[in-house]
Amino acid sequence: MTEVAPGEPINAELWARLRRTTPARIALGRVGHALPLGEVLDFQLAHARARDAVHAALDTAALEAELAPLPVLHVASDAPDRATYLRRPDLGRRLSEQSAALLAAAKGKRCDVAFVIADGLSATGVQAGAATLLKACAARLGDLAIGPVVIARQARVALGDPIGEALGARVAVMIIGERPGLSVHDSLGIYMTFAPRPGRSDAERNCISNIHGAGGLSPNDAARTLGWLLREALRLELSGVALKDDQTPALPFEDHGPA
Amino acid sequence: MLAAASALRSGDELAGLAAASATRRVAARWVLADLPLKAFLNEAIVPYESDEVTRLIIDSHDAAAFAPIAHLTVGGFRDWLLSEAADEAALAAIARGVTPEMAAAVSKLMRVQDLIAVAKKIRVVTAFRSTIGLTGRLSTRLQPNHPADDPRGIAAAVLDGLLHGVGDAVIGVNPATDSVPAATTLIRMLDELRERYAIPTQTCVLTHVTNALTIMERGAPVDLVFQSVAGSEAANAGFGIDLAVLREAHAAAQALGRGTVGQNAMYFETGQGSALSANAHHGVDQQTMEARAYAVARAFDPLLANTVVGFIGPEYLYDGKQIIRAGLEDHFCGKLLGLPMGCDVCYTNHAEADQDDMDSLMTLLTVAGCSFLICVPGSDDVMLSYQSLSNHDALYLRSIMGLRPAPEFEAWLEQAGIAAPDGTLRALADGASPFVRQLAETIS
Repeated sequence: MTEVAPGEPINAELWARLRRTTPARIALGRVGHALPLGEVLDFQLAHARARDAVHAALDTAALEAELAPLPVLHVASDAPDRATYLRRPDLGRRLSEQSAALLAAAKGKRCDVAFVIADGLSATGVQAGAATLLKACAARLGDLAIGPVVIARQARVALGDPIGEALGARVAVMIIGERPGLSVHDSLGIYMTFAPRPGRSDAERNCISNIHGAGGLSPNDAARTLGWLLREALRLELSGVALKDDQTPALPFEDHGPA
Repeated sequence: MLAAASALRSGDELAGLAAASATRRVAARWVLADLPLKAFLNEAIVPYESDEVTRLIIDSHDAAAFAPIAHLTVGGFRDWLLSEAADEAALAAIARGVTPEMAAAVSKLMRVQDLIAVAKKIRVVTAFRSTIGLTGRLSTRLQPNHPADDPRGIAAAVLDGLLHGVGDAVIGVNPATDSVPAATTLIRMLDELRERYAIPTQTCVLTHVTNALTIMERGAPVDLVFQSVAGSEAANAGFGIDLAVLREAHAAAQALGRGTVGQNAMYFETGQGSALSANAHHGVDQQTMEARAYAVARAFDPLLANTVVGFIGPEYLYDGKQIIRAGLEDHFCGKLLGLPMGCDVCYTNHAEADQDDMDSLMTLLTVAGCSFLICVPGSDDVMLSYQSLSNHDALYLRSIMGLRPAPEFEAWLEQAGIAAPDGTLRALADGASPFVRQLAETIS
């Protein structure tokens, strides 16, 4: 409340109650016709955090260390840098030639579930929460065979398709950084695809989004949902729209994914 | 040639349609300038046989309206539009003779100042409970979105907007889910609020048109029927619509007869890149496909139509420069085709844009006579996670350019004690409004 912010007859206490009903930036007050400086700078800070999250590079070595003792493979999409990645979603859905060769060489043992950790649009979110989320998910898979964890840079959701196919995985599970918003810049999403191969449509995936610590889904809740989806996908041999039924918890699906 | 003549944008590069060099781009403009307008009537860029949008464009073309410009080339059309002969009446008279492809083509030969100068001369007036598009007016959509569709949270954001004089174009909520019951709850809540305080505006829950049809059948108070539309049959199929369902919805909304000062009951949103993102662009550049969406919109006499110009992301419009030019192109093309054109001046966090770019675009659009702009509290849409204009931005624009809200709404703002008789907003601490107190207490 600043300047000509509401006083009487809408008193501060009343506005405080209104503000609790929504995360929207209401009752900001004004200076002349403009926003008060504090609000302007608060907004700029939120935008700066989101921008930094979009442009941050994933520290893949640190992530690998966190994932130990799980075996890790490092791959990259065909987008050589962030600027290209943002302009060319098609390149972010394709493996680089080198990465494709690496995965082909790695294919070996039975692989029920291939986990892919992808930077997506928030390397910040992936750095902060992907390892914890992956371990929570892996703990719920019982005797399913998990392939090496693939860490993918400059990756879109559909990059999980050629990765899963190359590893001969029955299901690909991608943990990816979601497009940052002003209020949350480190949210993660999980995309699950049965029988992954290039050309799968988004309607053939199941999505668990808004996994973050600011009022979003917790890693354990996300892992529980994924566990249910995985079992159902393997039982029914499909994923996506056809898999959803009334047993699925109501999940917020927001289109934050860098699909 | 249309694609090669377009100002550079990432979506055309993504589609492999952009000019191979800056020199070739200008060469394409020289060639385009000499093309007769008539050529667009003889050669369809999307096949007539397989695309109902092309059939709509060709079959509804008004040859009599086209007659005054039928002899012109695209370049000659640009010069005529800028001439004194092209006054408000002349521009209104040709609107139904202009095809989207003609509008897109001429816009590619126009600089930003040309796009502004010509759009400024065009008046498109529509009405429901308020009148949109009158001279000296700037209307706004109040967008009180909430991540969980909480009715109280939405009502609180409505109050915040109303206190800034925002909401005369529409109070329009994007629901967080696709649920018919949830949309119906919001429609009833907004209608009750509007009715109780006799606010001369219209409400809209921007749910899919097929949901709106169900909701109308069940007797809920629907003012405006909303739909996103695109410029090809295949792209519209991607939205789950065709012209037939829009006709059905238009007829149903008209039958309700809920308008008081007019019966324009449709609301459309568009945006460059939507056809390409559905792989339904037929090898045509994104700005021309966008103009074709306006042919769909104008067939249903909407109250409002706007481009959501920066929402789609940097793979279609990379940075502030591309977003600003696209917003002005869209506004110009929409107005030239006779649409009540507004704009959602906006960007996402992965685009190379910020509030300075939005300040520029909103100021330019307002100079160009834009019919309405979208406003959210503090520029932060907490449901869709992107940045649009703020309620404060509307105050800035109205004050620096001496513009007022729709007349019906302006009168209400004064009665409600929100605005002083001279139109300036009261500081709330002045405390003159029983309405505000009552509304706030009801919500909380």
